[in-house]
Amino acid sequence: MTETLPGAAVPNPLDEAAITAAVDQAVAAIAAAATLDELKAVRLAHTGEKSALSLANREIGALPKDQKAAAGKLMGASRGRVNKALADRTAELEAENDARILVEETVDVTAAPRRRRAGARHPLSTLQDRVADIFVGMGWEIAEGPEVESEWFNFDALNFKPDHPARDMQDTFFVEPPEAHLLMRTHTSPVQVRSMLERELPIYVLCPGKVFRTDELDATHTPVFHQFEGLAIDKKLSMADLRGTLEHFARQMFGGEAQIRLRPNYFPFTEPSAELDIWHPGAKGGPSWIEWGGCGMVNPNVLRAAGIDPDVYSGFAFGMGIERTLMFRNEVGDMRDMIEGDVRFSEHFGMEI
Amino acid sequence: MRIPLSWLREFAQVPAEATAEDVMAELVKVGLEEEAVHRPTDTIQGPIVVGQVLSIVKEPQTNGKTINWCQVRVVPEGQQQTLTGEGIDPSGVQGIICGAHNFVEGDKVVVTLPGAVLPGDFHISARKTYGHLSAGMIASVRELGIGEDHDGILVLSRIGLDPELGTDAMELLGLYDQAAEINVTPDRSYCFSIRGVAREYAHATGTEFTDPASKVHAPQVLSGGYGVKLNDDAPIYGKPGCDRFVARTVRGVDATRPTPPWMTSRLRLAGIRSISLPVDISNYVMLELGQPNHCYDLDKLSGDIVVRRAAAGEKITTLDDKERTLDAEDLLITDASGPIGIAGVMGGAHTEVSDSTTNVLVEAAHFDEVSIARSRRRHKLPSEASKRFERGVDWQVADVAAQRVVDLLVELAGGTADEAGTDVGTAPDAVTIELPAGYAAARIGIDFTEDHIVTSLEDLGAVVETSAAGHTVTAPSWRNDLETKDDLTEEIARLVGYDKIPATLPVAPPGRGLTRVQQQRRRLIQALADAGLTEVLAYPFVSKAANDTFGVPAEGAARMALKLANPISEEHGFLRTSILPGLIEVAKRNHSRGFRDLALFEAGLVFLPGEQLGTASIPPLGVKPGDEVLDALYDGVPDQPLHLAAVLTGHDSPAAPGHAPRAWDWADALDIARVAGDVLGVDLVVTQGRHQAFHPGRAAQIALRTGEVVGYAGELHPKLLAAYDMPARSVALELNADALFEAAADVIVARHISTYPVATQDVALVVPQDVPAGEVLTALREGAGELLEDVALFDVYAGKGIEDGKKSLAFSLRFRADDRTLTADEASAAREGAVAAAHERFGAVQR
Repeated sequence: MTETLPGAAVPNPLDEAAITAAVDQAVAAIAAAATLDELKAVRLAHTGEKSALSLANREIGALPKDQKAAAGKLMGASRGRVNKALADRTAELEAENDARILVEETVDVTAAPRRRRAGARHPLSTLQDRVADIFVGMGWEIAEGPEVESEWFNFDALNFKPDHPARDMQDTFFVEPPEAHLLMRTHTSPVQVRSMLERELPIYVLCPGKVFRTDELDATHTPVFHQFEGLAIDKKLSMADLRGTLEHFARQMFGGEAQIRLRPNYFPFTEPSAELDIWHPGAKGGPSWIEWGGCGMVNPNVLRAAGIDPDVYSGFAFGMGIERTLMFRNEVGDMRDMIEGDVRFSEHFGMEI
Repeated sequence: MRIPLSWLREFAQVPAEATAEDVMAELVKVGLEEEAVHRPTDTIQGPIVVGQVLSIVKEPQTNGKTINWCQVRVVPEGQQQTLTGEGIDPSGVQGIICGAHNFVEGDKVVVTLPGAVLPGDFHISARKTYGHLSAGMIASVRELGIGEDHDGILVLSRIGLDPELGTDAMELLGLYDQAAEINVTPDRSYCFSIRGVAREYAHATGTEFTDPASKVHAPQVLSGGYGVKLNDDAPIYGKPGCDRFVARTVRGVDATRPTPPWMTSRLRLAGIRSISLPVDISNYVMLELGQPNHCYDLDKLSGDIVVRRAAAGEKITTLDDKERTLDAEDLLITDASGPIGIAGVMGGAHTEVSDSTTNVLVEAAHFDEVSIARSRRRHKLPSEASKRFERGVDWQVADVAAQRVVDLLVELAGGTADEAGTDVGTAPDAVTIELPAGYAAARIGIDFTEDHIVTSLEDLGAVVETSAAGHTVTAPSWRNDLETKDDLTEEIARLVGYDKIPATLPVAPPGRGLTRVQQQRRRLIQALADAGLTEVLAYPFVSKAANDTFGVPAEGAARMALKLANPISEEHGFLRTSILPGLIEVAKRNHSRGFRDLALFEAGLVFLPGEQLGTASIPPLGVKPGDEVLDALYDGVPDQPLHLAAVLTGHDSPAAPGHAPRAWDWADALDIARVAGDVLGVDLVVTQGRHQAFHPGRAAQIALRTGEVVGYAGELHPKLLAAYDMPARSVALELNADALFEAAADVIVARHISTYPVATQDVALVVPQDVPAGEVLTALREGAGELLEDVALFDVYAGKGIEDGKKSLAFSLRFRADDRTLTADEASAAREGAVAAAHERFGAVQR
């Protein structure tokens, strides 16, 4: 479409038919232009200085005065049509062009690389935070203590008599030399003792942490595991308050339908003592009660060891295993999965539990 | 404790159809937790009947063995077989091949007929063997799962039985019985007996209990018996080691008589092997009444029995034929010949009853719990007797138990009891407890009625006197665990039922939420996870070598570390002083499972013992120690700071189209350490570091502004990586997180944000190769003055155009003023100041 109609006579700006023919020709050429480059050529051919319409337009100057207005009107309208067609086609082609580039830039999103690693928390660590948050929400505080402890904090202050078989129930890692009376804490209860010694009354604390027993690692035992223990010391606390607290916690943890059950048991540091079971509707092999932890009213001897008058204050305490909670809450079948540090285990949980 | 149901039924109202599971479901309500079920019929099924061997044809085989082709009558003479089934002969006579030779024609035996199943899923059927159709088996005790003896088949006359032919042998041998195994907590010693459990069953079900002790009729007074003296000259905690010793004599006993099957069956279900009739009787009575007791061969005793403490170094050979050296604290039973038993733990070999024993001295004594517990621990001799004594035995039941043993020796072993007997010692004071009115109700949250309280306590066997102030309760002699009003409170709640306790939610006073350190720790752990690392939790047990390598920077220095007295293994005998050894173990485990690209981290305590380690003594329980004692207890606990460590191996990401993964390098380790500093708002000072676990040229020492070193980051030492079989170029970092927490500002003071235009100037400085860029940057910062907003190193160049031994460092300096637009001259002047400082310190010249 680069031809500029060579040899064609310059149309007369008053010859409406000729001008219209030139305009139609131009509009047709514009519509036929398939690319922006072609359109540029069409523009030069039909609106350039040598184009029929330009040349005809230039003829207006030579016309008698009384004809100029009519010719001007005709030419103006005609060139307007052509310019509009040009502008429209340009917009069309530009849009097409843009769209084509985007199409050409298409990638296979299913072949995308992972440039960033998704990190992960250990679920025991996440669960520990979750438990702490529930109690903090109830106005409790979180207390912590050392993992290597004095025997006094771990046993004697908790009313374990020196020669009583109850001490043997907790297979203890002892630290050398024996004369130093140091051990790896067998439960987080020594933190309760520290809390009672260090804090103002009343006390409402949760003590999460790592504990140690000389069990061999197998599917259900590990020598290093985690517990959380709660302790409340206040005036007039009763076992009903213990049940209420545990029920509230169980519902926060497992949903509004959660139920708990208390069974008599024995711990040197509580009297009365109870075993805490939780109803597990989703248990493998059908709904059942699952043993979750121990609890009871703080033994007056424990209060005395911390200088608290048992005739004025009473308290309750409870303790559960975090591993055990994770095992039945999240269906972890084998304790070793939590211990070995296989990245697949933590990464499956990500940042949540 | 295992409870055979047939035994329990003698004293408690257990429904005839109740299973072990049913019994456990009741007992769990009163605090006896279920452990296991022992039920022979789970593995053995009939028809198993009594048969009589009519004829034996011995048939030698080519392999040298001789087998017996037996005709065995399994129905009474003159009767036809009523059992039907393939292989069961209607005539009532079975042809059976038997390889054992310990029987003769006429013997009554146990025949497992076709269709029977024996333990080990062994199905009996008629089968062709040795040229005959053998239709059943003549069983041994081992095949029946009731004993170990495999020398031959069970000949019923030898266990004292002469039953009618065709009798159900499973019934005869007690195989339809079953046992419930329960866990007995250390306070409930009385539940190590059928007597105690039957009482608890009655509590749990509200049914009647018959005390087995009430069925035994012991004389009110015993005298003239064997001489016994209680001579404890070193009581522990002032309590005499032995405060009662009952001795009874039975003469003319036939110790070789078989133990009746009802007794062996109950003992077996209770987990106790049959030894001989006198020993079985002794064990039976212990299980029934909870009173451990002992049978001596009277004719091997010489002179009075004296209960005394051992002389240090004295020796005894115990029943298990081991010679034991005694401690001065051990309580002994002795006679003129010396020690004949470690009291309450194990008897001596010399005076034990044997097949030739005809005269028996029965001992039923009461020993101090602590004394027995210590001897048991000292000699590592956990026995059925010590288990009961160290938890506490009913003082009152000793004479009853002795009488029960005597009665059984008379009844089953053909003995005659001496009328004379010995009963020495002093009863302890009965324990009386004041239970104030309303106390139990306040503790439990149930408004107990008077009936609740009195009935519950009386059901236990306590004597209750009621007054306006409350109740005065005398605890039963078998409940040594009842000492305080709280103990009674538990009993009342337990018998009324824990399921009756209501739920109320106490409201804690307004709290402060997580402490700052708790928040900091969470933020730190979360930040590392967010940065793409995976949290793991390794054991804190490591080797000495690992502590010496990772715990101390200087080569060759030994790390002060805590050693465990009883580690899980010798290679893990110490407590960690660094997190890294555990992380490396975890990394290797992941490698072995096919994961090479790892970024692992752990935040955990390390154990750093100081000069003071523990305390030489431990204050008593139930009393708050004095301030000095408490301080010593606190100070004796070793320092245990929280450390944060990470190990990175392989690459930062998996390879993918158009993406080349980057190998982790030393800078990643340092970068993670800096992220840790950033999220806590702690300025970290990085300098070239030296640590034996790290590459000598690629380790950064990380310190606080105060100069306190808080950790290291960089590439691990190549030799160490090789030694640990870790990938080359693995990198790591370890930080003392507690030190970071402490260094974090309490309150961050805002900085004014200037909106005036920035003036950026770059500068390239040539310095000697060994000058650290970080120090040049510090010099620039200090020299630039307060117009400097930031300075960053963006290039290091050495080579063409730079003198040998030197390098060019390119920095970008960003200047801005708080109150005006800087002129080019002002910015340049500040830059010149910066360069001048660098020049002064390191001879830096502008390129």
